[in-house]
Amino acid sequence: MNAELSERELISALATGDVAPEGLAAALAFASPEAPAERGAGSAPVLAPPPRGNSDLLEVAMGPHHPSTHGVFRMDVTLDGERVVRLKPVFGYLHRNHEKIAEQTSYLGSMPYTDRLDYFCSLTNNWAYALAVERLAGLAVPERAEYIRVITAELTRLLNHSCLIGFLTHDMGTMGTPLMYAFREREKILDLFEALTGSRMMCNYMRFGGCRAELPPGWLEQTRSLVDEFPRFLDEFENLLSTNEILLARTQGVGVLTRELAVNAGVTGPMTRASGVNYDIRKVDNYGIYGRFPFRVPLGEHGDVYDRYMVRALEMRESIGILHQALRDIPAGPVIDPKAKLRGFRPKPGEAYGRIEAPKGELGFYLISDGSPNPYRYRVRPPSLINLTILEDMCLGHTVADVVVILGAVDIVLGEVDR
Amino acid sequence: MNPPPGLGIVKGLVETARNFVGSFHDPARLTTVQYPDERLPAKENARNFPFLVYDGPDSEKGLRCVACKICEKECPPQCIYIILERDANGKPQKHPRVFDLDISVCMSCQICVEVCPFDAIKMDTDYELSRSDRFGGLLLTKAELAKPNDYYRRIHPTEAQEVDARLEEERARAQAKAKPPAAAAKPAAPAQPAPA
Repeated sequence: MNAELSERELISALATGDVAPEGLAAALAFASPEAPAERGAGSAPVLAPPPRGNSDLLEVAMGPHHPSTHGVFRMDVTLDGERVVRLKPVFGYLHRNHEKIAEQTSYLGSMPYTDRLDYFCSLTNNWAYALAVERLAGLAVPERAEYIRVITAELTRLLNHSCLIGFLTHDMGTMGTPLMYAFREREKILDLFEALTGSRMMCNYMRFGGCRAELPPGWLEQTRSLVDEFPRFLDEFENLLSTNEILLARTQGVGVLTRELAVNAGVTGPMTRASGVNYDIRKVDNYGIYGRFPFRVPLGEHGDVYDRYMVRALEMRESIGILHQALRDIPAGPVIDPKAKLRGFRPKPGEAYGRIEAPKGELGFYLISDGSPNPYRYRVRPPSLINLTILEDMCLGHTVADVVVILGAVDIVLGEVDR
Repeated sequence: MNPPPGLGIVKGLVETARNFVGSFHDPARLTTVQYPDERLPAKENARNFPFLVYDGPDSEKGLRCVACKICEKECPPQCIYIILERDANGKPQKHPRVFDLDISVCMSCQICVEVCPFDAIKMDTDYELSRSDRFGGLLLTKAELAKPNDYYRRIHPTEAQEVDARLEEERARAQAKAKPPAAAAKPAAPAQPAPA
């Protein structure tokens, strides 16, 4: 009981002000039939990995072409009947040498490659890289460009979270219905991206010191109407899923990630917030102009798959709020620093780390410049990869079918994991 | 208070039914476009692969490209290959003899367009590019890449208008500069021959 108390103290210490305890508690309370404390503790007995060569166990390689692995990813699972007793994630099939290639090309030349890290969220990748280079070179970003960045990043978060929920339910066997609803909404956002950047997914839109192009005429109005319409879709989505008994049975108490492990493993993003850690880089760093927008950070209590689903659903509503404010306040002006140059860009020797709250977690770029046109060292801190490292801890003791759901809730994109 | 069992599923089925019925009359619920028969309206900013712009009727003489090789150097996946034209004496001609672009390598990032100081290379919007030969067919040569300025005006009207205005201004400035020393001076260097 003492441990329980200290845990609670930790929550209250972590939850400073901007949490939505009532909202989330209400959302979680109506959804969970049993008491919250039972749900977190009861299910997953952590087993010690058995010695190799035990003939009663079955080793199965899930992947690299398994449809549930969200890409080219393999899990070597050791099964005792249906239960997982050991799980080894194997990745690297999609390794494209991103970091070394970036050390050979100019700073600008790496920008289109960042689109291909997390190919669902190219605009947040662009932003993280642009932020790192701007810190390295000391470039200022015009006001309007900052607003455009916030708008595009929050739209990216909307499409990422809605699709992730779609994929997650797909992993549970919904035969694609919620996924197709999510894709329908995503398509509208991608149309906006195409009108703005010229490309649906590989946007390549941010530049060092601003954004590449001015907003096309009518774009803000279209975005406003999309943002006004989006809560209707969210309501529909939550009616469809949040109280669905099958979804509750499949997700509650499954894949519990404790707060301590989440913090120790460096897990970020909705994953760590679902475990109750109040860590959102938009609040912690206030990068860009996020300090201007009041928004709440939804936190989970149990750290199970259901909380990860719910945190994302609630985060989308907060994104809508940010979008409303940003679309209202966006000023006129240039979209790129007039001093920023495209060619012959040589930052002074030094190092910089730029990080943002990408939809999947902390996305950071670490750069060292030696004064030459290309970075001396270029390193990506991908949220997907680091969130994936604790997969075994979440899966032990669960069945194979649950492993699929747990992996689905981590939200990985293999382009980013393998780079 | 727990809701009655099964209520969540019923609520979900109501949503599904609403979507199903809506797909018969509500365009917001049925968004499928029957592609080869129907097409979405083209977006003005859309981009696919680069092409070379030429002024006037002759795709060879009117080519804006001066073979400065900036795009070749800046292209991140290195998909552009340029050889400068030289006359019989080996003098550079400000014209590409070879301009190849491998669209199986190109990633449509439009950095070539951004760095080009002569507005010679622009992004195309044509996306129906299937070829029977996956090696030679996807390696576009200068002749395949060259497209008239009118085509550029048609696919990117706003952008083309800006470019035309800018080029016109540069040309006027170059002419004004060339005039004072009268006919003795050499012709203005950066401007291209005026289009019809």
